[in-house]
Amino acid sequence: MNFKHELIETNAGILLVGTMIAISIGGLVEISPLFFLKNTVEDVPGVRPYSPLELRGRDIYVREGCYLCHSQMIRPFRDEQLRYGHYSLAAESKYDHPFQWGSKRTGPDLARVGGKYSNEWHVQHLVSPRSVVPESVMPNYQWLLENKLDYSDVGERMAALRITGVPYSKNKDEYDSNVKQFGEPVARMLSIPDAQKNLVAQAQEGNYDGDRSSVSEMDALVAYLQVLGTMVDFSKIKPEELVKYR
Amino acid sequence: MSATTVAANEQYDYTIIKKFVVMAIVWAVVGMLVGVLIASQLAWPFLNFDIPYLTFGRIRPIHTGAVIFGFGGCALFATSYYVVQRTCQTRLFAPGLATYTFWAWQAIIVMAATSYVFGYSQGREYAEMEWPIDILIEITWVVYMVVYIGTLMRRKQAHIYVANWFYLSFILATALLHTFNNLAVPVGLFTLKSYSLFAGTQDAMVQWWYGHNAVGFFLTAAFLGMMYYFVPKHAGRPVYSYRLSIVHFWALAFMYMWAGTHHLHWTALPDWASTLGATFSIMLLLPSWGGMINGIMTLSGAWDKLRTDPVMRFMIVALSFYGMSTFEGPLMSLKDVNALSHYTDWTIGHVHSGALGWVAMISFGTLYHMIPRLWKTEMYSVKLINIHFWLATIGVLLYITAMWISGIMQGLMWRAFDDYGNLQYSFVESVAAMHPFYAMRAIGGMFYLTGMVIMAVNCFKTIRQGVRQAAIAPQTTPATA
Repeated sequence: MNFKHELIETNAGILLVGTMIAISIGGLVEISPLFFLKNTVEDVPGVRPYSPLELRGRDIYVREGCYLCHSQMIRPFRDEQLRYGHYSLAAESKYDHPFQWGSKRTGPDLARVGGKYSNEWHVQHLVSPRSVVPESVMPNYQWLLENKLDYSDVGERMAALRITGVPYSKNKDEYDSNVKQFGEPVARMLSIPDAQKNLVAQAQEGNYDGDRSSVSEMDALVAYLQVLGTMVDFSKIKPEELVKYR
Repeated sequence: MSATTVAANEQYDYTIIKKFVVMAIVWAVVGMLVGVLIASQLAWPFLNFDIPYLTFGRIRPIHTGAVIFGFGGCALFATSYYVVQRTCQTRLFAPGLATYTFWAWQAIIVMAATSYVFGYSQGREYAEMEWPIDILIEITWVVYMVVYIGTLMRRKQAHIYVANWFYLSFILATALLHTFNNLAVPVGLFTLKSYSLFAGTQDAMVQWWYGHNAVGFFLTAAFLGMMYYFVPKHAGRPVYSYRLSIVHFWALAFMYMWAGTHHLHWTALPDWASTLGATFSIMLLLPSWGGMINGIMTLSGAWDKLRTDPVMRFMIVALSFYGMSTFEGPLMSLKDVNALSHYTDWTIGHVHSGALGWVAMISFGTLYHMIPRLWKTEMYSVKLINIHFWLATIGVLLYITAMWISGIMQGLMWRAFDDYGNLQYSFVESVAAMHPFYAMRAIGGMFYLTGMVIMAVNCFKTIRQGVRQAAIAPQTTPATA
């Protein structure tokens, strides 16, 4: 064979096709198996899609760019286990569109922040971080308390997520299958037609911002923070069952 | 030579290149200004001013967008249109489409920045633009590809010069990455909000395949294309080794695409994927250094230029930073090093040694080379170029030193245990320990920004001088037959 590189250098078409092949292989090999290899995402009970209120809270989390300073991905190290809790599972973000694992910890990891602090603490901390943590460099988010939550399109948002594969239910069949998978109370939360009603009810009941008279953006964000990392009950899972997914 | 039939000033189409050059400088100033602001916010949080539109989380994407796509993007459009015409000895294919790429690209940067301020973000680093902007980018990129490849096809030289391979791979890879990383379902036709098509682990994989190759092709391959034309041109010497450029091109194009998963070490991404990423990252050292050596050695026999010519100095220091950060990168992709460096400022320092040291410096050298040629004049002040060079160099060094110290310190504090096996430091103690280094980083950024403003003034004066000279000077172009 007497291949000469000159052939490529003098032929734009060959150069183009050759380059395209060279740059495509890496992505194909690394990305496509993740969609069909069964051991990519752990099979653990408990993980459910976000409720309408939590979903709107998550939207606010993305809107404010929280992911730029806070990760949501605990690594399997002893110090992280002590500081944050059990290492994060792939299953725990399987309904996260987009993922919010983050890449930087200017502030601490939030993957398991749910239930660690009271609602009052979160509200105070978000409104004025340095009033509770003097060394903090986080901005003040007082407008979260002032802004009423716009939940008029929460149904459309859930419908969009439904297209991506999140099991929010649009009809009786989908609702029934959710009842089977998640149990009735959760299935009711995932119903798109009841989204607004459910959102207001959760905000009323949870009283996240300490003011029941209206639903604020703070209600939504705190509801989201309080559910982070709480869905999987690790006391019911043997570590050796998780290891094989790594 | 074809120049004999066409007047010299009409041989190539420079109109759109000039526009891109000016905007590259404008976006550099804007992007670095926002960079200094967000760096200062981390040192002095009152600078968030309690205004939603100015908080770190919303304006950090403006910084990354303005410097990568504004400054970097405009510099690449300008140089690729310049290089492809000159090395192919032909004029731009479809100048109308090239004009479209200019206006569309500026609109994209402005719309993206505006949407971030108002809280519209896809929540994906360096791909925060929401779906309508993504569609506009897609269209513009295809038009760019048509102009570029069209010009390449019209070449009067049999050979396609090596710089064009790199530009071509950058254009193809960016199209591929942008398309797949931005697949999303919009909430409605009249809202900017959308949700990523992928979730969790798969989404993370796609995003960092994009994220790392935005660095690999947008900020590396394309700027290597720039290097392969402008360093030999400015030094007046041929490329050191043509054979090396062939090997390093194909190795770089093939291997970079595998490396993204090193951003996901120790996460819920399966181990096999991140191990593959680390393996290719380490191998990448070879083509990267191949490129660096090829660039630096091009100067052999003309080393004295380093003493006398600040433009040459920009280019060579850029290549040195390229060599340094492509050594640091593979090091950080090792799982054990990454366990310490990930989530810390070390990563930020690494990115900036590449971005400020390599990408920006090679662009400065190139712009200082191009501007006098585009406007047919001399640089207004070589002394100011020299001042810019030193401000930029000191700025980068302050920046990356601060981030090395703070990053490694953070990593060590997080994993420190006391004698009883408890965590030695609370998280917030690590935050407090960062303060002096965040201040030092902000000061480094101010140095760099000051140099950039001096460049803008110098270039503005040069362009005005060129325009005036062109207006005064009698038409000296030889009469054509």
